[in-house]
Amino acid sequence: MVNSLVAVSLAYVAVLFLVAFYAERLAARGRGSWLRSPFVYTLSLSVYCTAWTFYGAVGSAARAGLEFLAIYLGPTLVLIGWWWVLRKIVRIGRSQKITSIADLISSRYGKSNSIAVVVTIMAVIGTTPYIALQLQSVTLSFNAFLVVSEPVSDLYDPRSTAFWVALGLAFFTILFGTRNLDANERHHGVVTAIALEAVIKLIALVAVGVFVVWQVMGGPAETFAAIDASEINLWQRDGGRWTGILFVSAAAFIALPRMFQVLVVENDDEKHLATASWAFPIYVMLMSLFVVPIAVAGLQVLPEGANPDLFVLTVPLAHGWDGLAMFAFIGGFSAATSMVIVAAIALSTMVSNHVVMPIWLASSSRDLSVAGDVRQIVLYSRRLSIAGILALGYFYLRLTGGGAALASIGLISFAGVAQFLPAMLGGIFWRAANRHGALAGLLIGFVIWAYTLFLPSFGPDALISKQILEQGLFGLSWLRPNALFGVDGLDSLVHALVWSISLNTLAFVVVSLTTFPNPMERLQGAQFVNVFDHSAEASSWSKGRAEAEDLLLMSQRIIGSTEAQKIFRREAERQGIGGYLPDTTPGFLQRLERELAGSVGAATAHAMVAQIVGRSSVSVDDLMRVADETAQIMEYSSQLEVKSSELTKTARQLTEANEKLTNLSVQKDAFLSQVSHELRTPMTSIRAFSEILENEGELNADERAKYAGIIHGETIRLTRLLDDLLDLSVLENGQVKLHIANGRLVDVIDQAIAATHFSKDQLLISRTRANEKIDVLTDLDRLSQVVINLITNAAKYCESEHPKLTILVRKDGQFLVLDFIDNGQGVPRELQEEIFEKFSRATNRAAGAGLGLAICREVMTNLGGQISYLPGQGGAAFRIMLPNP
Amino acid sequence: MDEKRLSVFLERSSYRRRRARDASRVLPILCLFLFSIPGLWQVGTGEIVLSEALTFLFAVWCVAILIAAALSRFLSEPVVGDDASSDQQSGG
Repeated sequence: MVNSLVAVSLAYVAVLFLVAFYAERLAARGRGSWLRSPFVYTLSLSVYCTAWTFYGAVGSAARAGLEFLAIYLGPTLVLIGWWWVLRKIVRIGRSQKITSIADLISSRYGKSNSIAVVVTIMAVIGTTPYIALQLQSVTLSFNAFLVVSEPVSDLYDPRSTAFWVALGLAFFTILFGTRNLDANERHHGVVTAIALEAVIKLIALVAVGVFVVWQVMGGPAETFAAIDASEINLWQRDGGRWTGILFVSAAAFIALPRMFQVLVVENDDEKHLATASWAFPIYVMLMSLFVVPIAVAGLQVLPEGANPDLFVLTVPLAHGWDGLAMFAFIGGFSAATSMVIVAAIALSTMVSNHVVMPIWLASSSRDLSVAGDVRQIVLYSRRLSIAGILALGYFYLRLTGGGAALASIGLISFAGVAQFLPAMLGGIFWRAANRHGALAGLLIGFVIWAYTLFLPSFGPDALISKQILEQGLFGLSWLRPNALFGVDGLDSLVHALVWSISLNTLAFVVVSLTTFPNPMERLQGAQFVNVFDHSAEASSWSKGRAEAEDLLLMSQRIIGSTEAQKIFRREAERQGIGGYLPDTTPGFLQRLERELAGSVGAATAHAMVAQIVGRSSVSVDDLMRVADETAQIMEYSSQLEVKSSELTKTARQLTEANEKLTNLSVQKDAFLSQVSHELRTPMTSIRAFSEILENEGELNADERAKYAGIIHGETIRLTRLLDDLLDLSVLENGQVKLHIANGRLVDVIDQAIAATHFSKDQLLISRTRANEKIDVLTDLDRLSQVVINLITNAAKYCESEHPKLTILVRKDGQFLVLDFIDNGQGVPRELQEEIFEKFSRATNRAAGAGLGLAICREVMTNLGGQISYLPGQGGAAFRIMLPNP
Repeated sequence: MDEKRLSVFLERSSYRRRRARDASRVLPILCLFLFSIPGLWQVGTGEIVLSEALTFLFAVWCVAILIAAALSRFLSEPVVGDDASSDQQSGG
């Protein structure tokens, strides 16, 4: 029987190879649309159900009642809640060409390879025991047949089963998993084979279930009765553990590398998720439907101490249904192989993209565009990684020797990959999450998981000493692996989950809040979080200096020449250029990088393009430089602005100066015409009277004397006018020589009044002599000249019947103020400014050149004071202000 | 929102699609609650026998699958027009 079992197994494997091969061929020819149907996708998700669930669910039901159901209910929750999380992850995965969960997390956090390496290592540590578990299950199930069958041939060694299985799986995985470097990283052959395996394992389990319910139990009613009567009914109900398993299985469904592979990477169409959202729950429901009946039957039928993990095989065998048992074996075998294949592909992609390739890239200083075939190197590194991972699983099994420790590794592995959850969900929903936070969270979660769950699972003194287990690390009791911080009495899984996930999340959030992301992270963060807003263009290449030819050469080595040429051709067409060499625009570099990322991962693709382009997309330095330039330009522009405003100001000043000059010129013309006019009048009369004197002989002495007097008067007037003009010009030019001397104001005014010698009828002067006894230091004659002028003006222009001039003197701060107020009509408002100008006369009543006040103003300016008209005093009022010594 | 549409009310089909999205967000929460109930059952009282527990869980499971299947028909339809705003909601 063992021989036939081996034969059937080999035949099954052969069928798998054929199916995979056929599917690959169909896909390569672009046919076989059923390969991309949502149901194939849904069935491929069944890699979740491994041999551990195929055999182990029954064992778990026999030992712990309903607990196994929680492992199926978690994924059900995730799938029917696909609109929340899965849809977004799949959209991100497709738009960013994500190749693995490590790639997703590293891409999100600025394509940081250190994060990718950490995730990869964690995934390998968490998955290797799981692979060992699958190998063990195949060995155990195989051995189950040995017990009941005839002695085997000498050729067979039971221990070598695992070895041959591992070898065969490595061969299959390398053959179909690294057949090509598809830009989309989809493996139609593998996926189709997995779908077939999904059908086989489901039918196998359902067949055993139907056999148990209708053949062994005798019908559904009897089955229910048997269930209630069995010892399983006394299952331990631990609410914490139930919820914990529900959570951890839901988390693992997204975060397990193999689940991520089939769920996101192999996803052909987002719409398939909608189908899977209900179809996959049906699948797992059917998988778990007969678990309890089989367990009950096993407990009933089989002797005490029989391994409940093998009830699926041993119950049919005990009833002599060898064929069914063999079918069940094939079911378990498919469950084991599908898990190992997908896990190996997922892990090898991660190891190759994030560990091997970066090391190779760093170690090879050669120019990528002329170096060897990168494509071949990627493939080799994948193949090597697959072999390595399976070898790890195999040696893990050999070293630990299997047993109970391995059986519990399923949930432990789930809890390990659940540590990816905060960084992953935080990354797609929270823009501020950064790589420091992610790294801190991942490491802390991983360390706590290893310390509280993974290491103790090997038993005392295996990997962690008994002393630490019982007394805590360094003898600190609050550091005991199963009672951290003194939290005792919890189920070990729940305990580890609570601490690892909560501290992981806490570290992730706190470090993200307190540190600063680099520009790349912020760009990627925005693209991930808002993936539905735009069809996601990842971080940009700031300048496309790359030689298109070099890029084409490199791309051909990574994604194959046909595919690469197609991309370049398409891009060239898009740019409206013939041939295969488009301009290396940032947009093109971005698209190309994403295509390459599908084969070698985002970080590696980025590094490769960077090597050719000569710069890594947007570094902080770049931004700084850009910011610097911007600052310089802004500086320059502000300088320009200042200069321009200066120019405007100067122009305005020039305009003003020009206006002033024009005004001055007008004034000068007016002055000249005034002077000519003033000079002409007396000259005319002098000429006229001198002609009379000359020509008219018969003038008597009186007349002659009269005319000579007129001529004399006019000459005096002319002389005075010329004196005034001269005086004014000297004053205006500042060439006047002042004779500064000490004196008393009262003397100055006395002198001035005396000089004018007006009678009291002509002008009554009212003054307060006591106030005028003030010492002044000034040019006394000049001051007197001003006072005389003002008194004369008052006498001349005051229209009152009894003209009166009031002189008020007072001190006002640093000035001496002299007010001359008469009782006339004053100066009209519009003339008040003008009267200080040359030749301006308020009235035509009195004779005068109109230079008096102009001279006064110039004198006062030269004395450091001023003279102004004082309105609102009843009559004309002038104010003199002298600096007070 | 769709600015081309003048009516304040959405078209019936798109209204229904939006409610389907809402329902698909609520469904897992409801299921989480229902699936957590076995964890709340008292330890060792034995009032709830295993077959009853199984019947309860599988019944909830079946109903959840039926609802999810019904919703997925609305959700997988190609969405016209008003996709952006609602997607944004789910994205944030």
